[in-house]
Amino acid sequence: MSQSRRFFLKSSGLAMASFAAVPSFLVRTAMAQGTTASKDRPILIAIFQRGAADGISVVPPFGDRNYSKARPQIAVPAPSRSAAETAIDLDGFFGLHPSLSPLKSIYDEGHLAVVHAVGSPDNTRSHFDAQDYMEAGAPGNKGLPDGWLNRYLQGAGKADATAFRAIALDAKMPRTLMGAAPALALAKIQDFDVRGGNPKQAASGDVYAAFEAMWHNSTFDAMKMLKNANPQRFQPENGARYPNGQFGQSLLQMSQLIKADIGLEVGFLDIGGWDTHANQAGQLTQRLREYGEGLSAFYRDLGDRMRNVVVLTMTEFGRTIKQNGSGGTDHGHASALFVMGGPVKGGKVYGKWPGLAPEQLYEGRDLALTTDFRDVFSELLKKHMRAADTAKVFPGWQPGQALGIL
Amino acid sequence: MRDKTIRPIVLVLLPLLLVTATASPAPLRISEDQKIVHVLNRIGFGARPGDVERVLKIGIPAYIEEQLHPERLTDTLADDRVIDLNSLTMSRSKLLEQFPDPQQLARQLGIRNPNQNKNAADPNAAPADQRKQAKARAELQEYMVENKLQRPPQLLQQLISNRIIRGVYSERQLQEVMTDFWFNHFNVYWDKGADRWLTTDYEMNVIRPRTMGKFKDLLLATAQSPAMLFYLDNHLSSAPTPAVEALRKRANANNNKRTPGINENYARELMELHTLGVDGGYTQKDVTEVARALTGWTIDQPKVNGTFVFRPQMHDRGEKTVLGQRIPANGGIQDGTRVIEILANHPSTARFISTKLVRRFVSDNPPQALVDKVAATYRKTDGDISEMLRTIFYSEEFNSPESYGQKMKSPFEYVVSSIRTLGGDTGGNQQIGRAIGQMGQALYQYQAPTGFPDRADFWTSDGALVARLNFAVTLTSGRIPDTRVSLNGFKDAQAAALYLGSPDFQKR
Repeated sequence: MSQSRRFFLKSSGLAMASFAAVPSFLVRTAMAQGTTASKDRPILIAIFQRGAADGISVVPPFGDRNYSKARPQIAVPAPSRSAAETAIDLDGFFGLHPSLSPLKSIYDEGHLAVVHAVGSPDNTRSHFDAQDYMEAGAPGNKGLPDGWLNRYLQGAGKADATAFRAIALDAKMPRTLMGAAPALALAKIQDFDVRGGNPKQAASGDVYAAFEAMWHNSTFDAMKMLKNANPQRFQPENGARYPNGQFGQSLLQMSQLIKADIGLEVGFLDIGGWDTHANQAGQLTQRLREYGEGLSAFYRDLGDRMRNVVVLTMTEFGRTIKQNGSGGTDHGHASALFVMGGPVKGGKVYGKWPGLAPEQLYEGRDLALTTDFRDVFSELLKKHMRAADTAKVFPGWQPGQALGIL
Repeated sequence: MRDKTIRPIVLVLLPLLLVTATASPAPLRISEDQKIVHVLNRIGFGARPGDVERVLKIGIPAYIEEQLHPERLTDTLADDRVIDLNSLTMSRSKLLEQFPDPQQLARQLGIRNPNQNKNAADPNAAPADQRKQAKARAELQEYMVENKLQRPPQLLQQLISNRIIRGVYSERQLQEVMTDFWFNHFNVYWDKGADRWLTTDYEMNVIRPRTMGKFKDLLLATAQSPAMLFYLDNHLSSAPTPAVEALRKRANANNNKRTPGINENYARELMELHTLGVDGGYTQKDVTEVARALTGWTIDQPKVNGTFVFRPQMHDRGEKTVLGQRIPANGGIQDGTRVIEILANHPSTARFISTKLVRRFVSDNPPQALVDKVAATYRKTDGDISEMLRTIFYSEEFNSPESYGQKMKSPFEYVVSSIRTLGGDTGGNQQIGRAIGQMGQALYQYQAPTGFPDRADFWTSDGALVARLNFAVTLTSGRIPDTRVSLNGFKDAQAAALYLGSPDFQKR
């Protein structure tokens, strides 16, 4: 592959400046024919922010004069050169939370898009119902046994699909991936092997074979495939540094699985800690730092491979516009999400802004919804994953006009 | 494991050990044994060697009655085994003293920058700073050793060991099952701030003594527990009045991130998760009203002593309407107790609690007829938990052969029943807790207030299966410290591992 690389100086909060490569998927159309099929397979990584992330802190609408009014103490201040910890200006109206500074350059490169005032039209403020609806892809419908990502996989059957076509880096199978299409869930690559207590020692052949005989072959096939591919040999590239903690480690493992070329099409992981009922400012500063550093590391690490990878983030709902009595916010309605990757037409905040004046709020207290999450997800499946139709993925939903994110 | 349940390919494993292996194969006898195994699997954590014979002798009803009255059973063996877990019986203040927050202690001692980076020494720090950090850490460590102080994660470890040891040894099996059930129903997250020091008291003094009494007593005790008040933020919820503002300013001189007002977190989960259920018929308005009623229910010094206190200055004195019932103005602390009463007496609560109990003891898909019966018992007995359990245990649905072996064991149930079935001994080594975590059930560390879902599909990922198989091998090959099992009845350790790792043994 001949690729034109340009380098730039990165200085995001680190004491030492380091060099990082900019992905060259600007030339992806020219390259598409020359690469192998497996490497061109579109990949979708879905990230669920469990606990209801506060969209107007993640992407503060500092240009709306009602924003700071509703949150005298916890609004993210409008961008200012003289003060630290202010919003990072995106377009003169919206900004990024200061902890998300690692994402700014990706936005500027045109590979990170924001959708604001997005979410589920159902009025539930229960985390668990709202997560369920979003993962099922069907607000208000508790009857669906499978998740929207699994239904996508069901409809897009591939003859050459491997056990790693769909994977959740989690000890449990997320609702999004439950269903008839095969999917794997495991928390850590290194633990996915039958051993005898000593990490270096495999279980004796007899036990292994007997377990294999009594359980589904798919688990053991996946185990063998993983062992052969040995994804952990891939070290982070391009100066990428994943943050400590489970989120960063899961992203690193996702990147390793992509690099190992074992057929990954759909990946899922989640990150908790967004239910900021109290002392929100401090909590979000930490949480968003890990979040932004993780996403940015993943993007840098994959480098050119980001040309066919799209990361989609989601959260079950947003939070109240007004701060509550504990320096936090309670359960609300619409929030914001990110779409990041090579094919993304980024550098833009999508969606119609509903406004924060009291009469513009949903039920008098929350950010109103102007984009149904299914519109964004449908567009992604159709344009990126090349799904012919999403009627079965999102039953009963007629997608509106595409936002044009891809 | 691609589907939602673990589907065995080989249904019956090598005929190496069956409880009935030495018994005569008469059908009636097998069926009686099956019944006993079923009861031991559902009311407790499975049979230890000799248990089936004992129940056969006294009869199933006598065993059930015994279990419904744990206070009548002596439990010396289990009590002796947990005696070294010293934090379990400490007062909250003593516990804070003996298991201090290292950062806070360092500040008190004037040790600077002991361990800013939780995971390791910060690799980005300059060498001189790294040396300083290392020196400060050593200084703190020395002080802690000299004064016999332990670190907070030991509190978590002791809670987990206690659960494992009692699960394995306790004669009060149902008491252990119900402790697991109610802690999960009224879940708190150990790792949330002050809850590291409050969870021990919560389990030992709030949950355990009330597992089989009246539901409303348990509900009130959790509502007034520092652990819950902290976890769901009610301790911060207050009326937006000037008096409160002054109070806040004094308390948080350097914290300007707050203006007083309600916090809805607890009020919502109280109705959604603890009592009515999400479809139980409450509105957003009810959430706000309940939150107002509970203002002033707070904690006195969460990081020093941590006791429940009602602060009138924080309380919203106005009138409230909760689920159509009027709560007159100026009720003070009574507003909260009135809310608890309204919720405990609500038919949705009877239905919701009954559904969860039936799901635990009978089936992932609770039969409606049984749920209705249990809910009727709730209403008749003012929410008597042991009466509800009795209704379940003597029901046709519980005793129907279709329900035998149909519940997937949770990782905790799987691990404890593994040790029990092999007549094992354990000191609750931390490796066991870690294994349970790898199977998807990190005890006391479920962040969301729902607690772990009680459904097979939650436990049956490929990763979780591999973790279960690994535990089977590790346990039977004697590689867990402090833990030994007997291989009686098996050809060798491998045969025992295959038994524990078989599809059948994953179920109860």
